[in-house]
Amino acid sequence: MSSTFDRTAPPTVGPPPAVVPPAVERHRLHNGLDVLVVRRPGLPIVDLRLVVRAGAAADLPERAGRASLVAEMLDEGTRRYTAIEFAEALDRLGAELEIAANWDATVLSLHVLRSRLEPALDLMAETVVRPTFPEVEMRRVRDERLADLARQRQEPRFLAHETFCAVAYGQGHPYGATLSGTPESVQAIGRDEVEAFYRQHFRPGNAFLVAVGDVDPAELFPLLERTLGAWEPATPAPPAPPGRPAARPTTIFLVDRPGAAQSEIQVGHAAVPRATPDFFPLLVLNTVLGGAFTSRLNMALREERGYTYGAGSRFDFRLGPGPFVASSAVFTGVTDDALRIFVDEIRRIREEPVTADELERARNYVALGLPRQLETTGQIARTIADIELYGLGDDYLARFIQRVRAVTAEEVLRAARSHLDPEHMALVVVGDRERIEEPLRTLGLGPVEMP
Amino acid sequence: MVRIPFETYRLDNGLRVVLSRDPSVPVVAINLWYGVGSRNERPGRTGFAHLFEHMMFQGSAHVPETAHFALIEQAGGSLNGSTWLDRTNYFETLPAHYLELGLWLESDRMGWLLPAMTQEKLDNQRDVVKNERRWRVDNQPYGDWDERLQAMVYPPDHPYHHSVIGSMEDLDAASLEDVEEFFRTYYAPNNAVLTLCGEFDPAQARDLIERYFGEIPRGPEVPPLPGRTEIPPLIGGEVRERVEQDISLPRLYLAYRIPPYGDDEFYTAAVASHVLAWGKASLLYRSLVRDRRLAQDVVAYAFPIVVGSAMLVLWATARPGVEPERLEAALLDEIEALARVEDREVERAIHLLETRRLIDLQRVDERADQLSMFTMLFDDPDRINTELDRLKAVTTADVRSFAERFLGADNRASLLYVPRTGGAA
Repeated sequence: MSSTFDRTAPPTVGPPPAVVPPAVERHRLHNGLDVLVVRRPGLPIVDLRLVVRAGAAADLPERAGRASLVAEMLDEGTRRYTAIEFAEALDRLGAELEIAANWDATVLSLHVLRSRLEPALDLMAETVVRPTFPEVEMRRVRDERLADLARQRQEPRFLAHETFCAVAYGQGHPYGATLSGTPESVQAIGRDEVEAFYRQHFRPGNAFLVAVGDVDPAELFPLLERTLGAWEPATPAPPAPPGRPAARPTTIFLVDRPGAAQSEIQVGHAAVPRATPDFFPLLVLNTVLGGAFTSRLNMALREERGYTYGAGSRFDFRLGPGPFVASSAVFTGVTDDALRIFVDEIRRIREEPVTADELERARNYVALGLPRQLETTGQIARTIADIELYGLGDDYLARFIQRVRAVTAEEVLRAARSHLDPEHMALVVVGDRERIEEPLRTLGLGPVEMP
Repeated sequence: MVRIPFETYRLDNGLRVVLSRDPSVPVVAINLWYGVGSRNERPGRTGFAHLFEHMMFQGSAHVPETAHFALIEQAGGSLNGSTWLDRTNYFETLPAHYLELGLWLESDRMGWLLPAMTQEKLDNQRDVVKNERRWRVDNQPYGDWDERLQAMVYPPDHPYHHSVIGSMEDLDAASLEDVEEFFRTYYAPNNAVLTLCGEFDPAQARDLIERYFGEIPRGPEVPPLPGRTEIPPLIGGEVRERVEQDISLPRLYLAYRIPPYGDDEFYTAAVASHVLAWGKASLLYRSLVRDRRLAQDVVAYAFPIVVGSAMLVLWATARPGVEPERLEAALLDEIEALARVEDREVERAIHLLETRRLIDLQRVDERADQLSMFTMLFDDPDRINTELDRLKAVTTADVRSFAERFLGADNRASLLYVPRTGGAA
């Protein structure tokens, strides 16, 4: 069928609409809690994000999982509510309160209708101001965690992730275990350890609150004083970020999963903290390598060869040197070739500059994608909270697009050479040992160990 | 409550269009629903609707092989497609000034897909999809639960009897002739809905839509669904299955036939599922997880599907050392107790649904998808604004009566996964 006009060329477009970063209004409560407010009239929703500057990186692997257990226990009983009363009160308001620890912080995230903000805020404040960590709930939560760890280890992706953390960072490093901890570490954490973590870190001077939505600061601040203002003032020092682990020569770590239909691959090493001056070159680098659908890894492994449903890579930026990880789940029979391609692609991006076309596409992908990250109240709250947590500066969003667009191919190459290290990688493979061990050994990428 | 504005019209070739402007964000979501899903697949070609969806990203007459993804990603956009029982959707969210790019790409594959098809592309995407099946289903603990439940709840000749992902054998059998026939049968403007949501000039959008889609000819009438679509409202007995897998904890799935999505009683089922298992104050969480410590987790979900009967699914994972029989007995007791549920439980569920619905509707891509869905399934895009009223209209008496009629042993599929005994660990 023919067309009445020439469809062969993509339509040309005009200039992009201006991206107006959300305006942040700052305020400090009497007890020292910093509050950042973004007004978004529209839907009658408010998102509150309370960030306490202490997460899993505060503990060594022998206590791994403690921060996440603290997070789980905050709403399992307070001085005014039993766990079940709390859950009922929150649900009756139709409010959603998620509490979770990541590496750098514990985050309480409240989504609620504007009309029910006040009682929901009361409940949220209970969890950080007056938690009681009841022994009976603690035992149940810990038992659930232990069973969950056993269950997660049946999932190849989790198993690969857990192995990668352990071999890339080693036993003596906070990043050497997963956020959930290990059966051994979790077994050893009692309510006293949980309460001690809370007492040490959970204070208003070590936290901040982001509020986004249909909310008037003049009404919000008194409400916050009345609720979170009761939080006993103190300014403990946030935990120091972990340092770099020792690098070791590239090794294949093979975890046996007899009869597995696919091999789960995770390769990489400890990389750089969020504060790296190379952040923007690395963002562009990773987009070329594995951050988008049309990245090199996905095109090579999926679109060219059909080895997998998808392949990608990421720098997990944290306060300390979080990992660079590239990953995929591939058909068992092609495990060795897929691993070879991973290593080849990581080598290649260090050896030759990315092409002008790749550079332009990657910069546009990151720069023009910004407005999609700022659509909902939840997304805005998360973005503003990250800027505050990592100290990125008030002009971060205003300068974001310009800084991405300024990245050059030389900077990408320099960043690749500084921060990717193919000679010191952990190559984790979870799969059917009987079928893949020999091919992996003959690859010549490094020795094969069973961790 | 906020009302989402929209206007709707139809092109001469039958394409239904929904325009919903929201100038508060500088992006535009483009969403297309095609009225074809796994329910339309004929025997021997399970999984084909989904495999076909993959082929829609492999270029068309005027769009080179990898250009679809590349052009949208380099515009800072996001994109994907998905296949389900009742439909296949395609969507992208772009910076607002790239609207025309999205319309060009979508219209080219609606009108000019076949000239670009090759055996090589099909073989490649067949491998990708088989790997998707291995990843989602075969290499995941409990990964084939939906496949098994669908086969237990729907008779072999019902369009929902088989899963979206399909079987490896059927994927292997798919040919280029199948691609061509499927395209000609289902991928036509009269079997699609196009929705725009976000920042655009409505007059300009109408012109562009007419320019890019207007000349695509209307397709044939869409053939009726294969097999038998009318089935009794209840399964008519209890169907049981026990599966051994390499897992550490047993998990029990229960499924029930329920009235189809769109029916008033489907909304009752949605509320009931929240009463049972949404949040830490829900009945099943309180009883099985917190008080009796029999379960690690509980989940309940009503599948929003429209042919004959929908399906309510629940599952609970046993805690270590808990016999599956005890877990099942406790789960069934609680489900039975739903027939005596109190007002406050129903209120709780409705409040949670209300908040979640507003949060979801913040996104232009979600709004666009729902407008396409309500237009395709019910010819009523305004359901995006009245859906919440339907949920809020559900009463305690409705939930009780629903539980009595639909959640009994005469309408139950019970699927139990247990750790493998003997053999490989």
